[in-house]
Amino acid sequence: MTLGKVTEILEGEVVLNTGDMETEIPSACSTDLMSDLLHFSSRPKSLLITGLNNTQVIRTAEIADIKAVVFVLDKRPDREAVEMARQKGITLIVTRLSRFTACGRLYAGGLGSCTGENR
Amino acid sequence: MEANKNTEGSFHLTGGDFTNAGAASSELKSILTNLNISPDIVRRAAIATFEGEMNVIIHAVAGVMYYLITPDCIKVVLNDMGPGIPDIQQAMREGYSTAPDWVREMGWGAGMGLPNMKKNSDEFRIDSVVGEGTTVEVIIKIKEDKTP
Repeated sequence: MTLGKVTEILEGEVVLNTGDMETEIPSACSTDLMSDLLHFSSRPKSLLITGLNNTQVIRTAEIADIKAVVFVLDKRPDREAVEMARQKGITLIVTRLSRFTACGRLYAGGLGSCTGENR
Repeated sequence: MEANKNTEGSFHLTGGDFTNAGAASSELKSILTNLNISPDIVRRAAIATFEGEMNVIIHAVAGVMYYLITPDCIKVVLNDMGPGIPDIQQAMREGYSTAPDWVREMGWGAGMGLPNMKKNSDEFRIDSVVGEGTTVEVIIKIKEDKTP
């Protein structure tokens, strides 16, 4: 699924575009626990869906090779987080949807889990 | 940088400095990437060092992250001045954490730090003295060991 399609499905707003919205995202993970992201995310260039909007999320995303982060419930990353994401080439999307709904829509749209679990 | 030579260095870590938390691991990741080490190995090394760095930031007063990159492996040693770990076996259990609530609210303290370090390294050693500090050493192999 492309980042553009992700944004469309989530009725999202791209707050930072670091590249091509036609970039293919192979899988997604959703967590507010950064160590869980590092532990379970096994596919690089994936999508992270989270309710946290601090700089730690961006730093962890960088380490885990996350391509884009979706912030749910209209939580907006602050200027520092956006600047860090810009430097690391991580696209940021904000959606008003809850994490549950956001994950459900993306899953129904064909996006699988970054853990490699079978659909 | 040349991949056939050894590269080494260190970062000083300050406990409680969440503003710069992860900066050392981020820089090490850039160094490894610039050495043209395979992305999978870079990712494993970055995750192992990042978890170690966060442990120092969360639990210790200060620490040092030392790294040595050879053509064969990446070795990272994290040495901290912290409270020490009374029961290492318990600390290695997934989900066990002594992190305070305010750290958990930032997304840390899930009790996966040490297990993640072990999972992403080929060799893992930990030594701790209560009241003095903890030393964790991880080695990530770049080349497969050909010896039987």
